[in-house]
Amino acid sequence: MSDEHHQESFWTKYIFSQDHKWIGIQYGVTALFFMLLGFVLMIVMRYQHVHSGTISPDTYNSFGAMHGTIMVFLGIVPVIVGAYGNYLVPLQVGAPDMAFPKLNMASYWTYFLGGVTMLYGFTLPGGAANSGWTSYPPLADIATTGQTVWLIGMIFLITSSLLGSVNIIVTIVQLRAPGLTWMRLPFFVWAQLVTSFLLLLAFPPLEVAGIFQLMDRVAGTSFFLPTGLVVGGEMMSNSGGGSPLLWQHLFWFLAHPEVYVLILPAMGIIAEVISNNIRKPLWGYSLMVKSVIFLGFMSFLVWAHHMFLTGMGQGMSNFFAITTMIISVPSVILLTCFILSLYGGSIRYNTPMLFALSFIPMFGIGGLTGLPLGLPLSDIPLHDTYYVIGHFHYVVAPGTIFAIFSGIYFWFPKITGKPLNEILGKVHFIFSFIFMNLFFMPMFFQGLAGMSRRLADGGQSYAHTQNVIQYNDFMMYASWGLAIAQLPFIVNIVMTLLKKTEKNPDPNPWGCTTLEWVAAPSPPIGHGNFEKVPNVYRGAYDYSVPDSETDYLPQNEKD
Amino acid sequence: MQIPYNEELRPDTGLYNAKLGIWLFLASEVMLFGALFSAYIMLRTSNPYWFDIKTVLNIPLATLNTVLLITSSVTMVMSWVALKLKDLNKFKLYLGITLLCSFGFLIVKYFEYASKFEHGLFPSSSTSLACYFTMTGLHVLHVLGGVAVFLYLIGPGIKMWDSEPERFTNRIEVIGLYWHFVDLVWIFLFPALYLL
Repeated sequence: MSDEHHQESFWTKYIFSQDHKWIGIQYGVTALFFMLLGFVLMIVMRYQHVHSGTISPDTYNSFGAMHGTIMVFLGIVPVIVGAYGNYLVPLQVGAPDMAFPKLNMASYWTYFLGGVTMLYGFTLPGGAANSGWTSYPPLADIATTGQTVWLIGMIFLITSSLLGSVNIIVTIVQLRAPGLTWMRLPFFVWAQLVTSFLLLLAFPPLEVAGIFQLMDRVAGTSFFLPTGLVVGGEMMSNSGGGSPLLWQHLFWFLAHPEVYVLILPAMGIIAEVISNNIRKPLWGYSLMVKSVIFLGFMSFLVWAHHMFLTGMGQGMSNFFAITTMIISVPSVILLTCFILSLYGGSIRYNTPMLFALSFIPMFGIGGLTGLPLGLPLSDIPLHDTYYVIGHFHYVVAPGTIFAIFSGIYFWFPKITGKPLNEILGKVHFIFSFIFMNLFFMPMFFQGLAGMSRRLADGGQSYAHTQNVIQYNDFMMYASWGLAIAQLPFIVNIVMTLLKKTEKNPDPNPWGCTTLEWVAAPSPPIGHGNFEKVPNVYRGAYDYSVPDSETDYLPQNEKD
Repeated sequence: MQIPYNEELRPDTGLYNAKLGIWLFLASEVMLFGALFSAYIMLRTSNPYWFDIKTVLNIPLATLNTVLLITSSVTMVMSWVALKLKDLNKFKLYLGITLLCSFGFLIVKYFEYASKFEHGLFPSSSTSLACYFTMTGLHVLHVLGGVAVFLYLIGPGIKMWDSEPERFTNRIEVIGLYWHFVDLVWIFLFPALYLL
């Protein structure tokens, strides 16, 4: 336990590190690479829509399934929970490290193994998993070996998120610095707390589903295979008696809370960036905290709105339609709080703030286009069309990913002691913003015209898509534009990392109030984070306090 | 660097870190087995041709296993109490009995599985058998996990008693909570699979 005299080797410092900051960076770098890979898969698929025949339909299917899997499970969640949660939560609550540093390390390496397992699928005959990221049986039960690897990979990822979420919750509950009461926590920490509970409680049902599907594929059981299933003109020899719908229930029991896992920490980042750059307290902090808790709770009761098309019955459909309408209320409250916070603020338009400000309308579009999908009447014609794709990409891409960018620009000087270049940052923002919209907006029109998703030829063979098929070309060019728009970001990161560090970098260049900026140097010291444990005397957003000399009061400053 | 509240209790929560950690882990486990049982109920009630596995399962052996697991849970608590009373030998005795009981459970389970396979009853034979093998199989994995930790704590891990007795006692309490949960799962599995 007392490892003060512990000499650190290269391996324990950089590879099997137990320092939450380094693990956070490991998570972030690995996950950003996975996101890049998911992005490349998408570019190929978009090219295929216009130049049909570039890749075989089978390859297209596996690219589609793996694009979703990589982006959600290997990309965004590990960045937004693994990287941001790991790096920032202990610093913001004034803790020397996570509560369980060894488990933290295990969590990263299990995630890494899960990722490698997923990628291994590409080398198999038949390719990687190709039954969609949702892996619906019976199709997934009888798919090629890639699906088995996908399931094993998922079990690794679920284990990793279990270890990570326990760690974050215990850290927040047990390791808060003296005086840091619940309602003094930065909103980001609240968002991470609720998110961790979602990961903790929603993932196990998917683990069960994964084990069942693995049994179906490996041990020949029929958990998800109905009696009398005919495949390729031949009757399956399985015992039957299973239920394909069971998978959908178990899968969406995870996958709907997962949506909130993607969005809540993003809102946490946005809250920090916005309050810092309007130089005034967040409007309705306690309302936001209550909303985020209510949202987390409700997210367990909406899953079957993904299943209106299954004919599960009018009563069930009504129940889930109503809970879906209810859950939109706290989301709207959160967004409204952000907008009201802007009123009367002295807004600084720096790169993190630009990303944060654009998050609001982008998430707004994503959220509002989701309402028709929450009602059975309008969902049934829209189900499985490009409208759905447009909807959730607006939530996740210009929503969550913009929040991730915002956070990278915001906390980069904290992590490295060197701020990113503002001009390159603004170029990155403007072009990302334009091309994101050019890319995702046409999906709504295609979807409303009835174009189905997951078509290897991009819908060319359907008569009813002929009026909207030309958008495919447009979106292909937009995807190239989006790719080019990321170059300034990569150049910026590399350039800044190569720059020499100043002797004594300003630990708090943005003028923040929270502990990670005011109680620790930038970058923070290796083990332990703080020279001495900070004491907290005030809430997280004391900006522009009347009669004070500076325009912000650090959380650890006495009255 | 020292993580606070590793041994001592945090005053406002009344917990040390690992205790909160294990309760959260168990909450996750409740969701795991909750989903398993829900799936079992859904599969069973929606299937008019449900193969009744009561006829092929060995109820006396399962009863013996229930007794073994409950005994091991009792001795688990007693080993923790022995540590609280600073009696290391009693601790070894009670944890030893816990280990023996869990070995007994695994051996009985082995014979149960083997006789099923001998009679040509496999997970692929029917969905009810698939449920039986998957649910008890996951439970057995949990028992194995517990056994691994017991072996560590009674073997190399016991050194911690000399350096940090308080922390070692906490470890026993934490693994004990886990063990009671594994026991509880079996107490639900036994009637659900063998009796109903």
